[in-house]
Amino acid sequence: MTVLLDPTSEQSPTIRPRLPRPERLDGLTVGILDIAKARGDVFLKRLGERLGERGVAFKHFAKPTNTRPAPLPLRQQIATEVDLVIEGLSD
Amino acid sequence: MSVLPDGGLVAVVKRDCPTCVLTVPVLGELAQRASLRVYTQDDPSFPETIPERIDDTGLEISHRLKVEVVPTLIRIENGREIDRTYGWDRNDWERVAGLADLGLGLPQSRPGCGAKNVEPGVIERLKIRFNETGIKSRRIAIGWDEDEQEAMYERGWSDGLPLVPPTEERVLKMLDGTARDPQEVIGLIPPALQPATVEKIAVNAVMAGCKPEYLPVVLAAVEAVLEEGFAMHGVLATTMFVGPVVVVNGPIRRRIGMNAKGNVLGQGNRANAAIGRALQLVIRNVGGGRPQEVDRATLGNPGKYTYCFAEDEEGSCWEPLSVERGVRPGQSAVTVFAGFGLQGMVDQKSRQPESLARSFAESLKAIHNVKLAPSCDALLVICPEHERTFRNAGWSKARLYEELYKLCEIPGEELVAGAKGIAEGGPPSLAGNSVNKFRPGGLMIVRAGGGAGMFSGIIGGWSQGGPRGSIPITREVRN
Repeated sequence: MTVLLDPTSEQSPTIRPRLPRPERLDGLTVGILDIAKARGDVFLKRLGERLGERGVAFKHFAKPTNTRPAPLPLRQQIATEVDLVIEGLSD
Repeated sequence: MSVLPDGGLVAVVKRDCPTCVLTVPVLGELAQRASLRVYTQDDPSFPETIPERIDDTGLEISHRLKVEVVPTLIRIENGREIDRTYGWDRNDWERVAGLADLGLGLPQSRPGCGAKNVEPGVIERLKIRFNETGIKSRRIAIGWDEDEQEAMYERGWSDGLPLVPPTEERVLKMLDGTARDPQEVIGLIPPALQPATVEKIAVNAVMAGCKPEYLPVVLAAVEAVLEEGFAMHGVLATTMFVGPVVVVNGPIRRRIGMNAKGNVLGQGNRANAAIGRALQLVIRNVGGGRPQEVDRATLGNPGKYTYCFAEDEEGSCWEPLSVERGVRPGQSAVTVFAGFGLQGMVDQKSRQPESLARSFAESLKAIHNVKLAPSCDALLVICPEHERTFRNAGWSKARLYEELYKLCEIPGEELVAGAKGIAEGGPPSLAGNSVNKFRPGGLMIVRAGGGAGMFSGIIGGWSQGGPRGSIPITREVRN
């Protein structure tokens, strides 16, 4: 394990905080990422329908397999096309 | 860990030291005539004739005893050191051992060898192991499956390029580059006005790729940009292009191998590159000055990665910039200037200083906009072939300044908004007056660059040049 010395003024915690969640979804596009776990698609499809009922823009994405990280082109596509992502992690 | 004896003699030796090998018979005598412990630094089987030898290849005992030279002989009473000697000297050994007639077959004296525990790299690791570094910065553990570079990028420490991981060992070595106290506060770094200790600057200097001997220059550059007159906060926050440009003068340039010649403003020299980068990383990491946050630059300039070079003092007929600005000759110094990019000044035909000065002046008048005056300060980097023309004509630097200021007087009519079909410009009241492109003292001249090519450079400044904005600052380099 490498130990590094903090080059900053140490005003923030060493563990990076998560990005703040948006307060509203108005004007944002939500990505829905299916990681290819069994029946995840059913749940996420319904989630999309519920978002659509509220007038929230959304797009579906799917990983080819849950056993590996999402391929780079897919990650770049998601980063380009949507503002936030909902993904089902695992069962 | 081995424990020191309450009393008796302690010797520290290594096989790789001829004097230690020479004293083996004496150690044998001492083992018979007194209580002796022999600690071996390199080869646990040495000395073969001393069965009580103790393996100190981990160097813990050597370090705790602060051994610097082997062989070292120490007398201990009641757990405390009473006397010590190092190397081989019969009288000294007899005194420490309290015994007469030691090593009668040996020469009277022989110098010892450097102890392994104080070798470069080893001493740092021992200090870290025994928590003796005095380093205060927060330790951040990188997971075994985490890539160090990626971890540093994710924490926002990088200017965009890879960094040297600032391990405690590297920072400790970096701090060897200065005699200053690691906890000395150099100043408060804008925009967050956080204290920059020598240690924090050393951490960033490691990341930037500095060698320890560059650190005094980095410290001087940080001191310089923190001077009130430089207005570092404004230089950072402005939407204009500028960042600190660092010019290094004096003997340190050559001692650390800086480039003052071909491609002087370009890539390829470690000291030039790393010193300028270290300054920027200090502002980023200690001060929190990041692009699109407090750094509001519209375009910025490539020099905001690093912008540091040395003046070619040896090749110049003029006094160095630092001397011109009040530093005594032979004293190393840095001068910081809030500058941007590089405007080339091409003149391959002028062989008379008057003609060449006019070329410079006309080019200088174009900085920011031909319609703006007074506009900003400027740093002229005059190449050897251009300097030669002034030298051959006997023009001093003072003479060149004088001529350039004269030539940079602009008729007010040309500067009025709308003149030349350009909406940019000043009020109609300028007409009938003469306006200088530069404030008095707003020009600086250095000589640098390769021997071939009539290509000088103009580094333009901030529109807030002068006391209302940023003025160049010169600081001596201290060790």
